Amino acid sequence: MARSVSTRRKLITTVFAWAIGIAIFFPILWTILTSFKTEAAAIADPPVWFNFHWTLDNYATVQERSNYFRHFMNSVIISGGSTLLGLIIAVPAAWSMAFVPAKRTKDVLMWMLSTKMLPPVGVLVPIYLLFRDLGLLDTRIGLVIVLTLINLPIIVWMLYTYFKEIPGEILEAARMDGASLRSEIIHVLTPMAIPGMASTVLLNIILAWNEAFWTLNLTAAKAAPLTAFIASYSSPEGLFYAKLSAASTMAIAPILIMGWFSQKQLVRGLTFGAVK
Amino acid sequence: MATKHSRMSARLMISPAVLLLLGWMLIPLSMTLYFSFLRYNLLMPGMEEFTGLTNYRFFLTDPAFFAALWNTIALVVGVLVVTVIGGILLALLLDQPFFGQGIVRILVIAPFFVMPTVSALVWKNMFMNPVNGLFAHAAKALGLQPFDFLSSAPLASIIGIVSWQWLPFATLILLTALQSLDQEQLEAAEMDGAPWIKRFWYIMLPHLARAITVVILIQTIFLLSVFAEILVTTNGGPGTASTNLTYLIYMQSLLQFDVGGGSAGGVVAIILANIVAIFLMRMIGKNLDA
Repeated sequence: MARSVSTRRKLITTVFAWAIGIAIFFPILWTILTSFKTEAAAIADPPVWFNFHWTLDNYATVQERSNYFRHFMNSVIISGGSTLLGLIIAVPAAWSMAFVPAKRTKDVLMWMLSTKMLPPVGVLVPIYLLFRDLGLLDTRIGLVIVLTLINLPIIVWMLYTYFKEIPGEILEAARMDGASLRSEIIHVLTPMAIPGMASTVLLNIILAWNEAFWTLNLTAAKAAPLTAFIASYSSPEGLFYAKLSAASTMAIAPILIMGWFSQKQLVRGLTFGAVK
Repeated sequence: MATKHSRMSARLMISPAVLLLLGWMLIPLSMTLYFSFLRYNLLMPGMEEFTGLTNYRFFLTDPAFFAALWNTIALVVGVLVVTVIGGILLALLLDQPFFGQGIVRILVIAPFFVMPTVSALVWKNMFMNPVNGLFAHAAKALGLQPFDFLSSAPLASIIGIVSWQWLPFATLILLTALQSLDQEQLEAAEMDGAPWIKRFWYIMLPHLARAITVVILIQTIFLLSVFAEILVTTNGGPGTASTNLTYLIYMQSLLQFDVGGGSAGGVVAIILANIVAIFLMRMIGKNLDA
């Protein structure tokens, strides 16, 4: 910013901004802190902040009692699998729309986006019944399919906006030099497209990891990812705050870190290019 | 520019995505529509019969539908008011120069990455619980009676939780828009002696108008479908006090096994979402130069 601001004003803004930032972040901070407490310390009144007996017992207990690791892996497989599958389907589509635009390209893009506007509850019944009849209820493959389909429009859109930024002249030059479509994609396009593809992957893993409509409705004990597993804490027995915190901390940590790396792409991906 | 050959292969490359989405849309949608005209309960298999508009009549005259419709609107509008106003204020703040901008920004956007079931359960238990929650501790420390948030004000509490999740989204988009504002224009206005409030009202706010519209439309699409937060906190209760349309249809379909009634509700939900979607699609379409 070109304007010079007095140090005094900058200091006041600093205090104010940090106070608000910490307040917004506080529930997450509190969850992380609580995960290292004993159950008694977790509900202590007045609350204990840092001077408690730090313990990792909750993490061990959560794993022992409920095989946490399996649900964690379910989340990894479902979000990773749906993103990979989505990418395989979306890359060719976005590539051809960006580089070989036809008259109807815009309509196709808009139509794809419109499928995203469909409220999931509007198709809950048929999807549930289809899954039941096809034996897909409570399977990871079933969720991979659903999450691929619900995120496919976002993947196509994001890739399309990134591919659009690759200058077309480069492709024409390659074509003039006699490059085949295959080598055009492998040697010219892919290296330039990798950053955009990386952010697309990141955003979609985040969205799939946190998806909590289909994962809750289509899974039970076996294929439940973390979203559905954590929901089982809604009807707990006895003291459970520290254990809930440990399970939650592990569930949000990987995505929190990924999310911080993808701030910029988040805006682009979630507004379909309407805000840049 | 494109040869006939490359056009052909282009079409071939789009088709998997198009066909899959077409199937994903048409098959379940037509099933929902079909079921909505049937008397179809999973507890009475083999009893399905065509009933015309009966399901719609029951769904649309059910008092629970009006409660749910009202709750849906209150939830969407409530969260929008909090996140848009809060988002504008936060974006203005984060746009100022101060020490540690990057870190504060990371703290502010963090809630968006927390999965809905985690944020709802953390708020429900560790903050809003009337015995062991931090708010109850704080109330007792001040000599006040602890407030039972989720029983006494279930919808407002859920609005609070969902707002916390979506505030980062609004902030981030409004901040991005704010940073694309021409600084020279602002400086010129400042030199001409325009006070801050006037600069905000006549320069910043009009510049943000588009981003605000996008935030409102996109959030509305997602907020119409809030589900997990209700499921793990109140189960829609007490009574129907915090049941939104999504949750009502879920209950009817998967808890009461009334496929016909749930499907009629699903069609109603689709129509409502489409009203919003049309506006959003227009905005995005204008911006797309394909």
